[in-house]
Formats: sequence, structure tokens, C-alpha cells
Amino acid sequence: MPSVSAVQQTSSVVVKIGGLPIRLRCDDPAFVRQIEARYAGYLSDSNEARFDFAIELAPPDTNSPDEDVSVAWNSGNWLLERGDFRATWNPSTAQGNIWQTPNPFSLDSVLRIVHTLILAREGGFLLHASSAIRNGRAFLFSGVSGAGKTTMARLAPPDAALLTDEISYITRNEERYDAVGTPFYGELARAGENLQAPIEALYLLAKGPENKIETLEGAEAVRGLMGNILFFARDPEFVKLVFDSALDFAARVPVRRLTFRPDPSVWELIV
Amino acid sequence: MTNNQYVARSKAIAARALGDETMVMSARNSTLFTLDEVASVIWAAADGVTPLQEIVRRQVCSRFDVAPDIALQDAEALVANLAEHGIMLVSDQPLETAAGARTDAR
Repeated sequence: MPSVSAVQQTSSVVVKIGGLPIRLRCDDPAFVRQIEARYAGYLSDSNEARFDFAIELAPPDTNSPDEDVSVAWNSGNWLLERGDFRATWNPSTAQGNIWQTPNPFSLDSVLRIVHTLILAREGGFLLHASSAIRNGRAFLFSGVSGAGKTTMARLAPPDAALLTDEISYITRNEERYDAVGTPFYGELARAGENLQAPIEALYLLAKGPENKIETLEGAEAVRGLMGNILFFARDPEFVKLVFDSALDFAARVPVRRLTFRPDPSVWELIV
Repeated sequence: MTNNQYVARSKAIAARALGDETMVMSARNSTLFTLDEVASVIWAAADGVTPLQEIVRRQVCSRFDVAPDIALQDAEALVANLAEHGIMLVSDQPLETAAGARTDAR
């Protein structure tokens, strides 16, 4: 009778958001399939990755995702923690570990944080904003929850390619800023298109009785932008990096307040 | 009123002048402050070794139409507020090494 042995197999997938390939490994093939489904459109054909994370699953009812997230730098490692996940990441070795509930949205949160940390060093950031490309240029619509990010995405005309309805990915590309599609979505529950374009303008959203655009300058523009940047690390160096990026962005990209009536006519102003 | 207050910009901040205003971000808690024109003048002059009273006399009263005692009172309230948020240091002794944070002019 032949011997029977069991070898635990680790599956992996490379998720590429903003051009940054991150390998995710897990010994639960079912969860890897969930990751593949969650990040469809953002999976790399290549197994090459800049960073590598090993995922270990915890029981589904371990903890709550409602706790505040904590991000701290300690002895060469970033420590990321919330009720539903804990992660360590060493940027020098490009290796990390994630302990999380078997929920792809916990992984979503980890990836968002990792991307904010990487982008900060490269002059970019994640922004609470929906974004779309029209005629080769990207437009951002930013605001707090309820300001109208998803509404602007829903009202977008057919010729607009939606990058996200919730979290915009902003990269510094020499002397300009680009918006990049992300799988991070809000109420629309649909990943953005994996495209990239130079940013034409940032609109800070406010709902009102009529459509109106006002140009913001100087400190007002920076305040509006800073209030919507996703920022988790309270590390002084990172605070300065993000602050400098916000100031530079506001100096290069027009920042406007868009008061709008939630109907398709608002897009007539977005040119 | 204290006549010999010395003020210095904290090192745990990021700051940038934008026109007549200055934006200051606390590295401790990411709080963002916008200093108006007068506050910006005091911020820029807060070198840790010049008494606040002297800063007000030389930099504020010479540029703005304000009575010296009122200007000093307002300046003391301002620096106390900024000190509470950890973005400015206030002492009754010179703070020679504290004013390391640079305000970049655009």
C-alpha cells in the first residue's frame, strides 16, 4: 500500500495597483481565489513583485474592523493593526506578514495603508475622491463621506472612464501628477478601470441648489486637499513628506470648489 | 503679562509660507494650522533668542496699525495657543537650539 502524505501548498497572487506589484501568499487556496476575484483587473501576469506578504488567516469572528487603525514604525518594521488584522512589513527586506480575518476587505485596508506609505516617499498619496478620465485627462472629486463622490461617479457620462468612486491614487510623475485606477471602491461596489492620466483639476465637492465652480488658492486649496488625504502613520518624517506633497500638488494642479446639483448637468462643467 | 518670553518654532512640525499666510502641520498629531499675516510675522521671527516683546515691537508694531500693549497681549495669546498644540516652544529663558524648524518660502 502506498504511503499517503499531505503537503501544505501555498498559493500566491500578484496584485498590481499603481504599477506596484505586491505578491500575496496564503496557504488557503479558497482565500487566494477570493483575492483574485476581489482584485480582478489588477492582477499581474508576471510573478515578479516588489514586495511580498504572507497571509495567515484567523477565525472570522476574531475581532471587529470598527477599531481605529494603528500604524507605527518600530525597529525597521511598519506595524499595522486594527481589530480585524495585524501586519508587519519590513521595507528593506521587502517582506511582510499579515494576520487577518478571512475577509478580502481586511486585506483591502492593509493594502491601502501599505500604498500610502510607499507613495509618501515617492511624492504621491491616496485621496478620498472619486476620479474619472475624460478626453485623456483625469478629474478628481473629493470630499468627506456624503459629499457626493459616488454621486459624481454615477452621473459620469458614457465617455468618462471611472478610476474609482472612493479612493483616488495620485502619483508624482516628474513635473505633473497622475491619477491611477484602483480596485478600492465605495458605494458603487465596482472596481475602477486600470488606467492612468494626467490630472486636470481637483474639485472639492459640496451639494447645492445649482452648479457652480470657484477657484481655490493658497492656504484654502491646501486645507481642502489635506483634509481628504488618507494618512495613517503619525511618524514625523511621513507627516512632513505628505505635507510637502500636498503643497506641491496644490501649486501644480488647479483646486476648485464644485457646488453641484445631483443630476447629469454637473458634468457639463467638467471639461 | 510676561515681559521676557522667548519663543521658538518646534522641530516637530512642517511649515510653509503661502503668500501672507503660513501653513503649519504638527508632526505629532497631523493637525493643520493656518497663520494669518500677523501671526506669520511672529512665527518667522520666533528664533528662540529674541524676546517676544521685542518681536512685537520690531516686527508687528512697525508694520501694522496696532497699539503695542494690545499687540503684545494678542501675541502672548497666540504663542500660548500654539504652544498648547506643541508647534511652538515658549520659555522665560532663551531657547538657543530650538528654532530648527524651517519655514520654506514658496
